[in-house]
Formats: sequence, C-alpha cells, structure tokens
Amino acid sequence: MPANPISSVNDFVIRFANVNGSGSASANELFARSILRMGIPVSPRNIFPSNIQGLPTWYEVRVTEAGYLGARGGVDMMVAMNPQTWDKDIASIEPGGYLFYDSTKPMPASKFREDITVLGVPLTAITNSTYTDPRQRQLFKNIIYLGALSAMLDMDAKAIEALIGEQYKGKEKLLSSNVHALHLGRDWALSNLKVPIGLRVQKADKVGDRIFVEGNSAAALGAVYGGATVCAWYPITPSSSLAEAFTNHCKRLRHDAETKKAKYAIVQGEDELASIGIVVGAGWNGARAFTTTSGPGVSLMTEFIGLSYFAEIPAVIFNVQRAGPSTGMPTRTQQCDLISCAYASHGDTKHVLLFPEDPAEGFEMAAQCFDLAERLQTMIFLMLDLDIGMNHRLCRPFKWDESKAYDRGKVMTAEMLDDGRDFGRYLDVDGDGIPFRTYPGTHPTKGSFFTRGTSRDRYARYTEEGPAYQDNMQRLLRKFETAKDMVPRPLQANAAKQTKYGVIYYGSTSPAMDEAIGMLEAHGHQLDRLRIRAFPFHSSVASFIANHDFVYVVEQNRDAQLRSMIVNENDIDPIRLVPILHYDGTPITARFIAKAIGDHQDQLKVTPLRKVVS
Amino acid sequence: MTYIAKPKFHHPGLPKNELGFTHRDYEGKVSTLCAGCGHDSITGAIIEACFQLSIEPHRVAKISGIGCSSKTPDYFLGNSHGFNTVHGRMPSVLTGANLANRDLIYLGVSGDGDSASIGFGQFAHSIRRGVNMTYIVENNGVYGLTKGQFSATADRGSKSKRGVVNSDSSIDLAAIALQLGASFVARSFSGDKTQLVPLIEAAIRHRGAAFIDVISPCVAFNNHTGSTKSFDYVREHNEAVNRLDVITSRAPIQIEYKPGSVQMVEQHDGTTLALRKLDADYDVHDRLAAQGFLAKHTAKGQVVTGLLYVDPEAEDLHAHLNTVNTPLNSLGTEQLCPGSAALDKINASLR
Repeated sequence: MPANPISSVNDFVIRFANVNGSGSASANELFARSILRMGIPVSPRNIFPSNIQGLPTWYEVRVTEAGYLGARGGVDMMVAMNPQTWDKDIASIEPGGYLFYDSTKPMPASKFREDITVLGVPLTAITNSTYTDPRQRQLFKNIIYLGALSAMLDMDAKAIEALIGEQYKGKEKLLSSNVHALHLGRDWALSNLKVPIGLRVQKADKVGDRIFVEGNSAAALGAVYGGATVCAWYPITPSSSLAEAFTNHCKRLRHDAETKKAKYAIVQGEDELASIGIVVGAGWNGARAFTTTSGPGVSLMTEFIGLSYFAEIPAVIFNVQRAGPSTGMPTRTQQCDLISCAYASHGDTKHVLLFPEDPAEGFEMAAQCFDLAERLQTMIFLMLDLDIGMNHRLCRPFKWDESKAYDRGKVMTAEMLDDGRDFGRYLDVDGDGIPFRTYPGTHPTKGSFFTRGTSRDRYARYTEEGPAYQDNMQRLLRKFETAKDMVPRPLQANAAKQTKYGVIYYGSTSPAMDEAIGMLEAHGHQLDRLRIRAFPFHSSVASFIANHDFVYVVEQNRDAQLRSMIVNENDIDPIRLVPILHYDGTPITARFIAKAIGDHQDQLKVTPLRKVVS
Repeated sequence: MTYIAKPKFHHPGLPKNELGFTHRDYEGKVSTLCAGCGHDSITGAIIEACFQLSIEPHRVAKISGIGCSSKTPDYFLGNSHGFNTVHGRMPSVLTGANLANRDLIYLGVSGDGDSASIGFGQFAHSIRRGVNMTYIVENNGVYGLTKGQFSATADRGSKSKRGVVNSDSSIDLAAIALQLGASFVARSFSGDKTQLVPLIEAAIRHRGAAFIDVISPCVAFNNHTGSTKSFDYVREHNEAVNRLDVITSRAPIQIEYKPGSVQMVEQHDGTTLALRKLDADYDVHDRLAAQGFLAKHTAKGQVVTGLLYVDPEAEDLHAHLNTVNTPLNSLGTEQLCPGSAALDKINASLR
C-alpha cells in the first residue's frame, strides 16, 4: 500500500484503457455524463487508433470542479481493461494513484507497483456468472465496471440510472438490464472493497447552463444555421463525423414542412478534388456550400483553392486538423495546417482562416464562414482540430441572433442591371477590393461573363497584359486588407500587474492556456494574453507585439507556423516572438505551457554580476 | 482572324425562332481555334441546337475544363454565364452548379484529355450520379494546346504526326458511359452536322446524364494518314445506327416515315425522338445490347455513331436527393435557418 494515496475531491484524472470495438466508449461516456449531472465539469478525451477493432484505445476524463477543460497530463486512476497495454498503463499512474483492474485471473505481484492502491474486481467472473451470450458479456462488463467505479468514487447511482433511463427510453428491457448490471458492479465493490477511495465525486453546482457537445457536431450545426445548402465531402479522419453530423442535423431541421423535400444537397464525392469542385460550382452559382476535410484533403484541393481565390468564388472548407505530414498520425491532434491553408495553391495566394477555441465558437464561426465567403467572394477556412472536433467539450450554449439575415454579399440583380449599373465582374466600385458578381441566369442580355482561372481585365475579358494582371492582383490584396476588419478580432486579457511579456495562442490551446496562466502567476510570472481568432491578422496583433519585449507564441505544431505568419505578414523581428511548441499528437497541457514559459522566464532573470560578487 | 471584332449588325431577314431570337443571339466571341478545327463545327451545332429548341440563352450555364475544347464555351451563347474551370474537373463544378440551381440548363464541354485522362474519375462519377446535364466530349485523340501528345482515346496502333505509334489501349468514353449507367449516350462526328444537331437537342431535352462523344479531328496535330481520328478515317469507318429527328410539341414533325423504319421515343418533357433506323436490329433501349454492339464494331475498326442508348424515364441527382423544387441558391435566411427556438431545444438535449 502506498504511503500517501492521492486524496482529492472533484479534481482528478481517470483513464480507461480499453480495446477498441469492445463497446466501452458508450459506458465511458456515460461515466463522464454522470459526473456532469452531479454538477461537476468534466473534460473527456478519446485517444484512439486509426483502426476499427482490436487495437488499444483510451478514454480520459478530467474531473475538474475548477472548470479546467484542457488536458492536464498524468493519470490519478487507471481503469486497466486492456492486457496489451498493461505495463505502460501501470507505469503512467501518478505516485499515490489508483489502479482498477479485472482480478478474475491472478496476476503476479511484479505486475503491480508498490506506490499505488490496487483495486481488483473480478469483472469477468461476475459477468460470466450472470450472462451467457458473448456479446452481452462484452457490453455488460463495461456497465459492471462503471457500477464498481461509482462505488469507489462515491458517485450518485441515481444520476447514472437517470442517464441510462434517458438513453433507453421506451426500451424497458434494455433499461432494466443495464441498471441491473450497474448494481452488480456497485454492490460487489460496496461489500468487498474499502470504498470510497481517496478520489471522490461530490455534488456541486459548477456546470450551469453549459452544454456538452463535440466540435464537429457543433460546426455542422453552425453550417445549418449559416445557410449552407450544398455539402460535398470525402471521408477522412477526423472530419467524417462533421459531414455525418451535418446530414443528421439537416434531416431534423431542413426538410420542407409540407412537401418533406430536402432544402439541402449532400454528396459524398469520389475524392477531395470532386468535393471541392462541387463546392466551387455551387458557390459560383449562388448557393452556400462547404466541404469538410483534413490536411491530406487540403493538399488535394489546392488547385481549386487557387481558382476560388483568383476567380473569386465563395467557398468554405472545414479543416479538422490532424498530425501530419503525409498520412501522419490520423487520430492524433495538431494545429499543423496553418501555412498550407493560409497560402494554399500556386502563385501569390492568401486565404482567410478562422480559429475556433471550442464547440461553441465552432458553431458561431462555422455560420460566420458563409457570410464571409459571400461578402469577400473567396475561400474561407474554419480551422478545427481533432481535439475540438472529436471530443465532447463543455461549453456555453449555442446562441443565434434572430434579427440577423444572411449577408449574401455584392450580387447584382436583374433590376440593378436594368437600371443601367455598370457591371464589371472584377471592377472595384467601392474601393474595398470587392467587386459585384451576378448569378448565372440573371438577365437575358446583361451581366453574363466568363469565369476563368486565367488572367482577365476588370470586365472579365481574357488578357495577358501585364498592367491589367497587376491591377487585378493589387485589388485582391486590397480585398484581403478589407477582410482584416471583417474577421473575428483577437481577444486580449491583461495580467493583473503591468508586464513586459505577452503570450499569443489560438484554437484548441485555449483551455490549457487559461489554466497555465494561473500556474504561471502562482510563480510570479505575469503575462498579457492575446487569443488570435482569424487570419489575416487584425492590426491589434502588431500593436500587442509592439507593446511587449517578448511575446510567447504557443502552438501545436513543430515549425511555429503562426509565428512565421505573424513575422511574415507584419515584418516583425522574429527574435521577439518566442515559440512554445507542443507537437507529439496529444493535446497541449497547462503543465507543458507553464513549464516551457516558466523556464524561459527564469532564464531571463539572470542575476547581475555585481550582485553575485557582492 | 481573332483580332477582328465580330460585327454586331445583321441582316434583318435572318430567320427567327419562337422566342424571336436569331442565330446571332446564340453566338459568342470569335473562335481562337485553328481554321478548320472540328471543335468549331461542334460550336456551330450547339448554336443551331439551342436556336432550334428556342432556349433562352441566359438560362444555360456552360462549364468546361481546360484544353482547346474547353475554350469553346466562349464562342457560343454569349449571354450565358460560362466557367472555364480546372483541368479535368468540369464534371464536379457542373455537379455543384446544378445542385445550386436546378432550373438552368447545364452544358458541360470537355475534351478527350480532359475527360479520358486527367478527368477520367470525374467523368465517371458525374455520370454515375445522374447529374442532369449535356456532357459533350470533343474527342480528337490528341493534346492540341501542348502540341500533339497522345490522349487516352487515341487508338492503339494509331500514329502521331511525328510518327510515334501509340502502344496503349484506348478508352471508349461512350462505352464507359453506357457501363456507368448514363441514361443517354450518343456518338457523332463533327463533320456530320445533320446527325449531330438533333443529338444535342435530344440530349438537352433529356433529364439525367446525357453523354455525347463527338469525334472532332484536330487539323493541326491529328489529321494525317495513320491517325484514326482524322476526317478521312472517320468518314470511311463511320457506322451510323440511326438518324434522329427531335419533335417538340411546339413544332410537330411533318415528315412521313415508312412503317417499321422508325422508333418513336417519348421523353419526359413531351418531346419525341423519331429514330430512323439504319441498322434494323438496333434497339436504343437495350443497354446490354448496345454495349455488345459497340464492342463488336470497335473491334472491326468501325466508329459507331448515332443515338446509342436512351432511357426516357431516367431520374436525375435532384430526384435521388429529394431536393425541393425551388433552386437552393434562392432560399434565404427564413427558409434555411432553423431559428433560436430550435436551438434552445438542441441546447437542452446537450445537457
């Protein structure tokens, strides 16, 4: 027995080690939801392989009354259900932590550790004595361990039962058998183990009106609310569930009440080229269209992205980033496609990127993408990642401003043409770099034009004249300038005391950063924060950097991609931007950020020589 | 003579169609292709077909890929929107455009390099999906704009202008279209306008994926002895299975047909296709037989032309997707946004 078992209420990390395809995911999710129902925030994460059955998979739940939703690092309790990963799983438990395992078969003492509390429950034995059907054994074993766990952690069995009741509403048999399995495990633990253990869950009131949702589902809902009518996509992890969620949302929300017909069209393309081609075709013809993909898909779409930029066709790409390069780590998270998206395609190109921090912002920005695409007549990227996209995250509820109509951008109508308005497809009439467009089929004799990826003059006539080409390229730059004030602004939060140091971060780093700030402050490090929410960068990014001696740029990629873009776009001396990089494929943690920045800060505080001498 | 602007005035006595339009209303810019190019004849046939059908020019969307053929949409229907996309990707762009607005007529123009080489996949999948379109391949077996390389439709054993013999098997796009489930498949020859014009008319009137492979000799790089896509070769080996007249309800046909020599095909929109049979046994409704017929005659070195297959009851992608009748691009906030009450319910379900 350990000398100092960890003792903590509503603040610990529990990890379930499972075999994928074993049906553990729903039991584990039930565990996370039960804690939420008890009023304590949780932050769960799936750690899964690119595989359907048989490989190791983990589900980690951070129980955090303080509401820290980033990954913490470390494991306080391991539910070790996978013999394949046993040794590594045991080694990963924090000293003083807990191990919950299936004790049906005796294990040699060498397989355990001295400094952890071992909780053996004969799960297989209990399961096999109750169930005969192999599939039932498999599924109910998961519920049985959940029951035992509820006893260990002093959880409210009623909260779990209520959730099971909601899940199997109307399926009485399944409901009662699940509840039965839950109590099998719970009762065994209550009568055979010393429970509860040092880790406990106690009712609180810290969840509020927040919702619990996956980023991919939220972004898909944003596309529905944002008026997307055409979706073309090609399956790729971790973005497939976004297209599938869009399909499901549309089935519920987008059928005509009378005719039952669909106010949307979803096509699973034969590849990413076709998907983006369909999106560009639909955008050209005045529909709001998007595709959803990940890094390799963006690489394939690159030629069309250039066409969208140069021919000025509204289009939206949701990029759920995963670790690259090449096939990389398909089921691991990174923020590694910033440069490949921001400057995608040959020639001089630049594209608008939005960086949501969580599902709530994913919803809002997904909807906003379509306004921006039609207003700016160009490609817009929503830069999600696996950590946001494929995990349930607690976030503020979705909100929609009823008074807002879609911004369809500058579209010249038949009436405007009949009024004698001069129509030049690439004519900058307002000085903002954004020309008018017409939809195909608008007017019998006016407003038609030939869209092409080759150079053209202001009236869309083919030309290879240098001045006309440059004129157009300069206008595109003006348009990009205009975009700076249209995209979501960076959000700044200043330290309590005045400081020479700042930190820039974005996207899914957000919760870990919020937590790290507290850790750094506890060590006396004061940092002003700027969360960048879009590219092109608003002018406040340059002024934030100008106002600080050093600015840390925290990212989840190897090459400090955002930092490169900031340096590149603002002519900033790179020495003033200190990269803090986490790119092993796991979500960045507060511990990592606090240590990396803390170490750098400590190095800066060199004791002056004369002090040492005196 | 492309630097000479097209004169705008025309003879007052030019024939007009039902909408009061003349041929000139269906023309576009002056062609920049080589004099004598087969593609210009196809452009002429498209203009004639649209004139005959009394289509409002601006209700057509012309979409193409890259290459000589893909430049041609600039040369017809000057009042239509056109989109010269990227190489081999016309089908996907057309599919997207069609999804956005089901009320326009979609004319996809492509070449053999564009559709059989770089864009073979997109060609196949747009046909599979049954996109409502007229897909014309201007097939010359050669890359013209890059000066004479073989394309994937060049026949094995045919000789390039530089004397190189093609050792690769060729792709027969019409045969593939049949296999993929195209509901209208035809082949024609740019040098046979009387055959081509009604085929284009029928394809435009067809609901579903209508594919026409038009052999269109390249006068600059593939019209020599040893080529199987030259004017002379195609004329000598042309095996037409039928001749087509398109009868619209507005213009009842006056021709008298000999009993048994004609197959009448009713299309869903009320037009009738009158097929004068040249091969008595050929049935345009038998997909399998058409495939066999093509294979047999291609093996003999013949170029089978005419309407090869039609399914008058075909359904298109919109029917498969059960989309609303209103074009998706005209739906606004009110029709598309579920609103905040629905959102409150969703929020509640996520707690």
